[in-house]
Amino acid sequence: MTRFAWNLRVSLALSRRALRQALRRPMFFAPIFIFPSLFLAVNTGGAGSAVNLEGFPDVNGFLDFQLAGAIVQATMLSAVSAGTSLALDIETGFMDRLMTAPIARSTVVWGRLFTNLVLGAMAGIWFLTVGLIFGAVIEGGVLGALLILVLAALTAAAFGSIGSALALKAGRVSVVQGVFPLVFVILFLSSAFFPAALLQEPAKAIANVNPMSYIADGIREPVIAGIFGNVLIECLLGITSVAALGLFLSARAMRGRLRAS
Amino acid sequence: MQIASTWILMRRGINEIVRVPGAAIPGVLAPTIFMVGLTAVFGNLTQLTGFTTDSYISFLIPVSLLQGAGFTGAATGVNLARDVELGWFDRLLLAPPPRYVLLAGTVLSASLRSLIPIVLLLIVGFAIGAHWPGFDGLLIAIFCASSFSSVMACYASGIALRFKTQSAGILMQTFTFIAVLFTPAYAPQELLTGWLATVAKYNPVTQILEAVRQGFVGEVTWDGTWPGLVALAGLGLAMVLFALRQMQRTSE
Repeated sequence: MTRFAWNLRVSLALSRRALRQALRRPMFFAPIFIFPSLFLAVNTGGAGSAVNLEGFPDVNGFLDFQLAGAIVQATMLSAVSAGTSLALDIETGFMDRLMTAPIARSTVVWGRLFTNLVLGAMAGIWFLTVGLIFGAVIEGGVLGALLILVLAALTAAAFGSIGSALALKAGRVSVVQGVFPLVFVILFLSSAFFPAALLQEPAKAIANVNPMSYIADGIREPVIAGIFGNVLIECLLGITSVAALGLFLSARAMRGRLRAS
Repeated sequence: MQIASTWILMRRGINEIVRVPGAAIPGVLAPTIFMVGLTAVFGNLTQLTGFTTDSYISFLIPVSLLQGAGFTGAATGVNLARDVELGWFDRLLLAPPPRYVLLAGTVLSASLRSLIPIVLLLIVGFAIGAHWPGFDGLLIAIFCASSFSSVMACYASGIALRFKTQSAGILMQTFTFIAVLFTPAYAPQELLTGWLATVAKYNPVTQILEAVRQGFVGEVTWDGTWPGLVALAGLGLAMVLFALRQMQRTSE
């Protein structure tokens, strides 16, 4: 077996374990599915009249616009869950045992990212299903829906790398969970829940340079308009920049942790 | 005797905040972020015909006050679940004071603890342009929000005694989230759409929210106040009965 195949096998084994952990414990899956669903329900019913505002994009309904917000929120919260789960492994000593096993250190992070890929796709399926049940229309059709699932999975993995970096750096569940409110800061300062042009300053200015805006717009476009190359490329660039930052920070945090121990 | 025991239990609840100030941060941080963030996101909703004020922060700050107070109440339930898990609550059950005193001490401490997020949210809200509600409006807002914290603490205590685990915290927080946000939280009742318009109409927390909100978006009147007080009393009674029932089950 080649080194790559061995590492992939280990990563997948760790990923399966993390996925079971995420789906068996409410503290991990509730933030990914329950909170964004409640938020979606409240935003849609509470601010649904916003579609009448001048400058609001042409949409079938506010739910169509909000679906992308719910999906990116779920992907970010899946990163918090991934980080929490990894920090729990560090606190309970499981990580130490992995470090002494004959496996590449990077498989610990890759395992988490594979898990987040699955969780992101699951979140995408969940919100598209909810959206279709409650009357959303996916303008991009089946291809658009599949594209949304792929983008949701990649986004969750990208943010998962940030969650892993934080867990490896802090090594404490409480610290990772402490970033929960910051997730909303990033979301509020982007076009995740409302068109950037209609945000209040200074959120409007920040949203225009926030990668989250490009990711949210990329996931939203297949729902409200269809598939467009430039929006998709901007979305993928946004995801790549987040993933690159997360992997760099993860590698640094892992080195720091090994040096300290 | 009963009052002294209640006071001691209240002091214990307050000490958790005074001696570990960091424990108050999550309860303050989240509603503040939501208040400022949602104002930035939905601020232009005030341009819609039928919106009752031109200041979205004034419209939203009552929601954040109830949210901050409600989550403080829910946190009291999580603390009670921790006491149950660690066996501390079993020792309290063996103590001479009646059961309702144990509940009263826990619940009333939530009311006092809620003053921390309430005051901080008011400071931030006024700093970013919320209208001054007048002293009467402010007093009604603080009274209703801190009482709402006690109501949520009763509910959360009942859940803590029912499930006896901190993992039930998600039920406490989710219920608080639903209770506060399934109301005309983001827009006036007339502008709500779909099922939320119906739910908000019958949700008793809507009356509490409108009582808290009245001074921030207009005049304070008795007609705008009493439905909120009635809703608080009704919800409070229901939640006290629920918590006492769970306490009775625990004793059995």
